[in-house]
Amino acid sequence: MKDKKAEKSDANRRNFLRLGLMTGVTAIAGVSLANKFSDVEEKKPSGEKMRLLTPDGKIVEVDAENINMYPEALVTPEESRKGIPNRKFVMVIDLAKCKNARKCVEGCQKGHQLDYHEEFMKVQLIQNNEESSPYWFPKPCFHCDEPPCVTVCPTGATFKRDDGIVLIDNNRCIGCKFCITSCPYSARSFNWGHKDKFDNKDIPYSPETGVPAAEGTVMKCDFCPDLLRQGELPHCAKSCPMGVIYFGDKNEDMVTNGEETVRFSTLINDRGGYRHLEHLGTKPNVYYLPPVNRQFPLERGFEVEEEVQERYKDVPYVKDLKEQGKI
Amino acid sequence: MDFARRKEELVKEFTPMLEKNNLRSKIWIGSLIVIVLIGFYAFFVQVTKGHTVTGMRDNVVWGIYIINFIFFVGVSYSGAFISGVLHFMKTPWKNSVSRIIEIITVLSLVIGPIFILLCIGRLDRLHYLFLYPRIQSPITWDIIAIMTDLVGCFLYLYLTFIPDLAIMRDNAGENTPAWKKKMYKFLAIGYQDTESQRNRLHKIIRIMSAMIIAMAIMAYTVLAWIFSLTVQPGWNSSIFAPYFIIAGLYSGVSFIIITMYIIRKYFHLQHYIRKVHFIVAGAVLLIFSLLYGYFTFSEYFSRWFSHKESDNNLLNTLFTKYFWEFIFANYFGIIVPVIILFFKRFRKIRYITIAAIIAVVGMWLNRYLIVVPTLETPYLPIQDTRPEFIHYTATWVEWALSFAGIAAFLLFFTIILKFIPVIPMSGIIDNERKALADKRITKNRRLK
Repeated sequence: MKDKKAEKSDANRRNFLRLGLMTGVTAIAGVSLANKFSDVEEKKPSGEKMRLLTPDGKIVEVDAENINMYPEALVTPEESRKGIPNRKFVMVIDLAKCKNARKCVEGCQKGHQLDYHEEFMKVQLIQNNEESSPYWFPKPCFHCDEPPCVTVCPTGATFKRDDGIVLIDNNRCIGCKFCITSCPYSARSFNWGHKDKFDNKDIPYSPETGVPAAEGTVMKCDFCPDLLRQGELPHCAKSCPMGVIYFGDKNEDMVTNGEETVRFSTLINDRGGYRHLEHLGTKPNVYYLPPVNRQFPLERGFEVEEEVQERYKDVPYVKDLKEQGKI
Repeated sequence: MDFARRKEELVKEFTPMLEKNNLRSKIWIGSLIVIVLIGFYAFFVQVTKGHTVTGMRDNVVWGIYIINFIFFVGVSYSGAFISGVLHFMKTPWKNSVSRIIEIITVLSLVIGPIFILLCIGRLDRLHYLFLYPRIQSPITWDIIAIMTDLVGCFLYLYLTFIPDLAIMRDNAGENTPAWKKKMYKFLAIGYQDTESQRNRLHKIIRIMSAMIIAMAIMAYTVLAWIFSLTVQPGWNSSIFAPYFIIAGLYSGVSFIIITMYIIRKYFHLQHYIRKVHFIVAGAVLLIFSLLYGYFTFSEYFSRWFSHKESDNNLLNTLFTKYFWEFIFANYFGIIVPVIILFFKRFRKIRYITIAAIIAVVGMWLNRYLIVVPTLETPYLPIQDTRPEFIHYTATWVEWALSFAGIAAFLLFFTIILKFIPVIPMSGIIDNERKALADKRITKNRRLK
């Protein structure tokens, strides 16, 4: 009799434990799910308080943990995965205005501390068919909505953010180069060896600036999110003297090249905007306006250093020009 | 028949091979070690100076490392496939070659992945693959597949070793050093060759042989997908997985033939590895060479016929810059073996081996032509880049490491053959036991 009772209570306890365990697991799962769906990330308070002055003149006390220790507009690798809320960045490049002045290339190199030979933005000489005349084609990363590079990354080092930007966290990159081979636009480059500038630890690394770069990791055009956070245009758009590069927000339906601000949808509709290699299904966020009514003759693009000229020597059209003695 | 005595005889027959230690073998091992050491030095240079010492650059980011990786994993996969088929079908004459195939399978699967590690920019972050895994990435699939395959192949190789290890343990001579005896004892895990043990082991090996066929096909398919799942002109092809499977078998069978030839010559095993083995392997190679030629033709023919611009550019690169390589890999490397193997008068051990060598070299080049020209011919033409970034040529570091890989393969092979006979003794005994049983059955029938 006693045994039976003991057994019964034992069974009860076991049931109780099982129930408890199950609710526990459900609760944990629920909380983690809830966390995933809510955008607010809870941080453990450090206990240390700091006093800050708000823009409207009030003094508030906040937890030290909530303060961004990074310099202005520099976000941590963790935060940089989220993206700027409610934005959908888009670039429009007006091919009619480009004359290969290479200011976008240089501005980008300066902004990202790239060497003379490293470029995120390349200017290609493209000829659509034998009858049409070639044109200069600035090529950044297209920040695709279906990015093949992000799909193949084995560690999640490269990622797609909510605001449409594709970034690389070079703290996470193992350098397998699969993303480079899978990008149909050859937008990515690799740090093949060590350079002194990699050791510069003056500013903390952020995927949003890509500085300092690291040996054995991949890098590419990043749409300069650090500038976007400050309400500025990316380096390339800022430095283009012809206003070739428009940048803006698709949600606002506005793009600007710094001088004129236009409706994105009107621009694309009226001027026949297209995306390069649309048939690959990568859904780029960089649009091109066709090179009609060009403002400069193509040859103006060869008014660059000889070393840069040499970079186009294999283009069939350039070979013809050289034979005719035009350049 | 007294099997215990037969075992002793066999051990006596094979021990001299294990202990064969003449000048030639010393030079052989010595030079292999030197090549491996040069490889280590090259690796050291690559780690300290970075990947600038290789010929890989922004456009061609994968070079001969990846090609060696595909090649070795292909050899391994086909070894597993063939060995699995031989075991599963209980082929009678398989015994003499099965161990060679199994060792090739495991060793090339150990050497192959080393090459992919050489290709990785940040080896210090390799554990990120497990810390931050993304199951969507074909590389993650590849890692899972290859690790599973490696474990499976190791288990399989070990299982087939157990009976021989037991024989070696029981019949260790006086010359055998104590550590070797201990090792045999430990590795034989108490196998006594009793009826029930034997049946159980055979059953397990049979199950494993079927499993490694599946694992090998899976691993090599995923490897082919690493290329074919991208959108690149020369890679995005739906026949890539089966094409790789056939190509792997082609190079694998050739590799086995070459190894058989060398081992037969070196250990004087004409009694065990007979002409029939070469003839049969040659017939298998003929089938695979025809299949491989068919796949290669389909692949390039459809690219040429449909002539999309990107495919046209690729073929243009292949037929200008890589003309001779293409001719050797895809004409010479297929047609010559087919001719040699097709005509009966060429079916001699030596000719079959020559066909195999041509096939192996052609295969390696074929892989080169799959990887490098595609990367040199992307959708957007390579422009506005420094001249030295456009074309790929492997540097001495890459060649040194490639040869070190081959040398390491041969070195491990040699070392394994110092511990275990290249012909499975247990297999010989099993065959004799079976022959005896068959004889008894026929005798009983006759008496009835």
